[in-house]
Amino acid sequence: MADVLVCVKRVVDSSGEVVLTEDGQSVDGRYAGFTVSNHEECAVELAVQVAAATGGSASVVTLGDADAVEQLRTALAVGCTAATHVEADGSRFGPADVAREIAAVVRDHAAAGAGHDLVLLGNDAADSGDFQVGIRLAYELGWPVVNGVATVSVEDGTVLASGDGPDGHETYRVPLPAVVTILEGGVEPRYPTVPGRMKAKKVAIEQRSPSAEPAGPKRVRLLLPPPQPSDVQILGKGADAAPAVVDLLERLGVLAR
Amino acid sequence: MILVLVETDATGAVEVSREAITFARDLAAAGGGVPVDAVVVGEVASGIEALVEQLGTYGVRAVHHVAGDAFAAFAGAAWASAVQSVRDVTKSVVVAAAGTPRGGEVLAHLAARAGVAMAANVVSFEGLSPFVVTRQVVGGSVLEQMQLDERPAVFTVAGHAVEAVPAATRVEASLVESRPEVAEADLVARVVSAEAPAPDLSGNLKSARVVVGAGRGAGSSDGFADLLELAELVGGSLGVSRVVTSLGWRPHHEQVGQTGSRISPDLYIPCGISGAIQHWAGCSSAKNILAINTDPDAPMVTKATHAVIGDLHEVVPAINAEIRRRRS
Ligand SMILES: Cc1cc2nc3c(=O)[nH]c(=O)nc-3n(C[C@H](O)[C@H](O)[C@H](O)COP(=O)(O)OP(=O)(O)OC[C@H]3O[C@@H](n4cnc5c(N)ncnc54)[C@H](O)[C@@H]3O)c2cc1C
Ligand SMILES: Nc1ncnc2c1ncn2[C@@H]1O[C@H](COP(=O)(O)O)[C@@H](O)[C@H]1O
Repeated sequence: MADVLVCVKRVVDSSGEVVLTEDGQSVDGRYAGFTVSNHEECAVELAVQVAAATGGSASVVTLGDADAVEQLRTALAVGCTAATHVEADGSRFGPADVAREIAAVVRDHAAAGAGHDLVLLGNDAADSGDFQVGIRLAYELGWPVVNGVATVSVEDGTVLASGDGPDGHETYRVPLPAVVTILEGGVEPRYPTVPGRMKAKKVAIEQRSPSAEPAGPKRVRLLLPPPQPSDVQILGKGADAAPAVVDLLERLGVLAR
Repeated sequence: MILVLVETDATGAVEVSREAITFARDLAAAGGGVPVDAVVVGEVASGIEALVEQLGTYGVRAVHHVAGDAFAAFAGAAWASAVQSVRDVTKSVVVAAAGTPRGGEVLAHLAARAGVAMAANVVSFEGLSPFVVTRQVVGGSVLEQMQLDERPAVFTVAGHAVEAVPAATRVEASLVESRPEVAEADLVARVVSAEAPAPDLSGNLKSARVVVGAGRGAGSSDGFADLLELAELVGGSLGVSRVVTSLGWRPHHEQVGQTGSRISPDLYIPCGISGAIQHWAGCSSAKNILAINTDPDAPMVTKATHAVIGDLHEVVPAINAEIRRRRS
């Protein structure tokens, strides 16, 4: 039986045009909408799978503003059964602050008799891309950490985690409790169903305040890269463009044998 | 002093580590010519003497080689303890690495142990006092200026943000061997087995005159036949986006970009690739770019020299047919 905690972060959907807030401190999400990273979607899926395979449970946690409850509800709709919301202005929290707050949640849950054996996070957040909250969390808790794997399973009090690395397809076997950070690609995240969403609405979310004042990120400001002028020559649309393309290939001399 | 964690393969220091050293050298020059040292952990397949020789051409003063049984299999915490021991001896004020999975992992451990911040995917530095770096955030579509006021300043350099260039004058680098004690706790999370990686055929990709690129637009692992045929018809290689390797459609050695190969062909033909900054980092030195994409506003289209707007599954077979027709 493994009780898994998965950490998700509400971020602005940056697949379209990205706009910054006037103070240059964050990405403006008013028009773009919000999401979590692909890595975290896979982490949620793995948490639910490990819970099902071991007869344990999957819980979700986020630190963010009041609206971050939306991301908790989505995780609840795909199989998590408990959720914790550390309500705070996330932009004032650096990676060390976030790690400390998640560690406080883990410790308090353990003290209340509802501890976690395994904490899953994304390899990196889709906005700040700090690549470190999971590792810092492990040091806060004094637990081992496996970084950047695509699959996890739990058996006999150990977690088996594997993913591709420079030495090939690498496997780690680590005793629980442990922290593991997930890279997308190992599992297909399921989508919330209507009954799933209905069920998620009924779950009472644990609301908390941060345990300490944040030291803050070391951000000076955000900038958008300068726009590049385009001088692309459009050769045509669809299959009809083929002759123009082959003309170009001939002109560049790449067709000669 | 500046300390750079160097990763190696059978050829010596990998390209992105040589880029990180180049970055560190520029930083050292701005700081009045402080020395740059390298730290390598574990076995060096190319041989340590050859590595010291190679890093000397990059202006590295000393190579600290941390070896021993503890490093036979990768363990992030153990590697960080090795880097930490070298940093303590050298009193380095900056510790940098390439923004690879290993580089980022080891330095995040180091930063957590030292209680300092870490900046991931740095592309440039703005000033020394205060020390401000610029790094990629939001999938590369935004830059963040970040102040690293603690010591050591810890950061990773985004792949292909700078070019790896040997130093103007070669240095006779020295070799410092060390075998530090590693705490049992730092070995708990280590690789217990590794299936040999697929053979690295990226050499062909890096030297190809024409590269046919394929991204999410290929649709599935079955969507590559026409693209491979085009690559064959133009005597080129296939290069792919990270989405394609993450989804397991194609092997990692075919990946182009910040965490893949950097290519500089005469012609790059990216099909169904949006042109994210991390992909662009690997293909920006192509002489000509012919983008094939359904979206006329995709960054790859606007940055290309030529483009066809359309479904690659229609456009590419038509191109192949036209080439075959003209040849017969
Ligand atoms: C730290 C870091 C490192 C990274 N390193 C790399 C790297 O080394 N290399 C890399 O590539 N990425 C890298 N990425 C990922 C990068 O940010 C993008 O997510 C990725 O490049 C997008 O791949 P894509 O263009 O295939 O997919 P998408 O961005 O999803 O784009 C698909 C494109 O295909 C077009 N399309 C869809 N269907 C068709 C069709 N039928 N015909 C024609 N066009 C079609 C769409 O219009 C779109 O433009 C990295 C990201 C991070 C955070
Ligand atoms: N505010 C947050 N709330 C919950 N989890 C977070 C938060 N920030 C980061 N994380 C987790 O830490 C991972 C790595 O984030 P980062 O180190 O910031 O790139 C993310 O993928 C999340 O799983």
